[in-house]
Amino acid sequence: MKIRAQIAMVLNLDKCIGCHTCSITCKNVWTSREGVEYAWFNNVETKPGIGYPKDWENQKRWNGGWKRRSNGSIEPRQGGKWRVLAKIFANPDLPEIDDYYEPFTFDYEHLQKAPELEAFPTARPRSLITGERMEKIVSGPNWEEILGGEFSKRSADYNFEGVQKEMYGQFENTFMMYLPRLCEHCLNPACVASCPSGAIYKREEDGVVLIDQDKCRGWRMCISGCPYKKIYYNWSSGKSEKCILCYPRLEAGMPTVCSETCVGRIRYLGVILYDADRIETAASEKDERDLYDAQTGIFLDPNDPKVIAEARAEGISEQWLEAARRSPIWKMAMEWKVAFPLHPEYRTLPMVWYVPPLSPIQSAAAAGKMGMDGDMPDVRSLRIPLRYLANMLTAGDEEPVALGLERMLAMRAYMRAKSVDGVIDEKIAAKVGMTGAQIEEMYKIMALANYEDRFVIPTTHREWAEDAYDLKASCGFSFGNGCSDGETPSLFGGNKTPAIRKPEEFA
Amino acid sequence: MAQFLNQMMFGWYPYLCLTVFLVGSWARFDREQYTWRTGSSQLLRRKQLMWGSNLFHVGVLIIFMGHFVGLLTPIAIFDAIGIPHGFKQVMAIVVGGVAGLMCLVGISLLTHRRLTDVRIRKTSSFGDTAILLVLFAQLLLGLLTIIVSLGHLDGHEMVKFMNWAQGVLTLQVDRWKWLVDVHPIFKLHLVLGMTIFLVFPFTRLVHIWSAPVWYFGRQGYQVVRTRKHLNAAE
Repeated sequence: MKIRAQIAMVLNLDKCIGCHTCSITCKNVWTSREGVEYAWFNNVETKPGIGYPKDWENQKRWNGGWKRRSNGSIEPRQGGKWRVLAKIFANPDLPEIDDYYEPFTFDYEHLQKAPELEAFPTARPRSLITGERMEKIVSGPNWEEILGGEFSKRSADYNFEGVQKEMYGQFENTFMMYLPRLCEHCLNPACVASCPSGAIYKREEDGVVLIDQDKCRGWRMCISGCPYKKIYYNWSSGKSEKCILCYPRLEAGMPTVCSETCVGRIRYLGVILYDADRIETAASEKDERDLYDAQTGIFLDPNDPKVIAEARAEGISEQWLEAARRSPIWKMAMEWKVAFPLHPEYRTLPMVWYVPPLSPIQSAAAAGKMGMDGDMPDVRSLRIPLRYLANMLTAGDEEPVALGLERMLAMRAYMRAKSVDGVIDEKIAAKVGMTGAQIEEMYKIMALANYEDRFVIPTTHREWAEDAYDLKASCGFSFGNGCSDGETPSLFGGNKTPAIRKPEEFA
Repeated sequence: MAQFLNQMMFGWYPYLCLTVFLVGSWARFDREQYTWRTGSSQLLRRKQLMWGSNLFHVGVLIIFMGHFVGLLTPIAIFDAIGIPHGFKQVMAIVVGGVAGLMCLVGISLLTHRRLTDVRIRKTSSFGDTAILLVLFAQLLLGLLTIIVSLGHLDGHEMVKFMNWAQGVLTLQVDRWKWLVDVHPIFKLHLVLGMTIFLVFPFTRLVHIWSAPVWYFGRQGYQVVRTRKHLNAAE
């Protein structure tokens, strides 16, 4: 057993309102720079839809993640080391920027400076790459917002696998949910495995996956390696960039920007202890449907005295062990089993998990009778097909998702009985394998979702890891190049033609 | 005057180029590693790159290996193995010719793409475009030397270049005299070749130093960084 700690995240999709505050605050902090205008470390997709970049879930097309070989071992789906290097001159699995979208701005100044005209002046779009006029914007980071676009296109959604999807194209039967996405900070990251330079690494102390900007050479194999397409190539710097889980904030005990600013309070951050020795075994599970169980199997109970003793021996601090015991992630993923990994079949053992959304009853209006299971509606009659959620969260295994949804319904029924009828109904809790006390705690953490319950983040003891004397008068956070921002004209960098010209420069 | 020019270009210039090449690469790696990159533009335009980049790189790697082995292997070794100079000359023409044509097709595609595709043109630095054109010119000169070489298949011209190149690296500064009477196309090819070394540290060519062969040596696939070593030291 080799215990490591990871800061993991859970997103409660039942409460996501699709406001994109997470995406915007993240963009403002991290990617409002030349070269990554198109990149969203955090984005929110409307499902069903093909997402951003287009069709990212279709690994037959992109070859992301891992594949299990017939001998039981795993290798990146885009190929082992020889295959990766054979593709290095031109990577056949790399998306083109149009698979994301061509970033654009508008000629805003024209609105102020236009001469007297017959018609209203308009701000026409202009490419942020070439600076040229774009006659038509054909794609964007959230192109399918609130089921935008034809069903025939959106229904290419990979999660419809095994679902009779035609009926969901009809207005009466349609369903919708939001899926905020960020880097999964996987236990078995395919991007790290695909990087020929060894520039991408997982931090041992908190599991954050980072790209060393100095060591990255821009071989761009990580972009195709990551099945979630959450590594972005900065076309200006020639380096890959990705979500850094706001590690400078985490180290200080603060939540990530996306979590901090989430108005729905759907995001949770906490510590998970896991056994690093069993990562490979778990990721190599034969049946894809067993991968969810295999991953929960390597998480370690923070209340187990043996685990605590071993963790202490590994040098994990008391503060982290205390945080692990109070971790909302552990509670949702392991105690209550209401949170699930996104696409475990990619075999990366992702660490950003999702609570599936409840939805209105599908058949109520049509038949005049609800599918009821005692006092609670039957989760199989919910509007979002169970199979659709299962394809997204458990490689198609419906049972765990059904139980998770039932427990969320039970929480509602139990609390309604308690607060409306004034009755403590232990039967409701027992029916879904829980106790009343557990349900009350679930209610506190998932429904009330107070700040200190959502974010249980121990600080990093940098003073133990670095000699602070060396940091004296240093420049702190920068994009490499010592204290320069990497854009200063230098002997080696050269000046780029400014991509954006002001409208008046176009004559 | 011609004498002086020859001495300058083949006696002194190589040392200028090698010095800038080595010191410049070291300085850039040490001081500005954030700028050390391949500069791939595949994200912005896939078209013409799949064929262009593969043909160019495979061709240029064969050519590079050919020059490296052909110029720097001591002549005594060829004699000891029993490879006649004429055979070596013909091999160079055939292998170099095939690889050169591959490379030519590749670099033509890449140059066309860089100059005509608006996304690539607008995001290219001066260095990106210039080095491509320099490589293009160098490749054409290299292919032209094949025509000249067909006139002396016995390989005696090649021996001159080997003597010169090995002399430069062993600091025998009078070896430029071997090149006084070679065909001007060769001289142009050599001067431009040395110039590529001169500008190397200031262009994207630095990625050649970083050819990721160490990937094969990585144990397993994962990379984990720890901070524990500092704790342990205390």
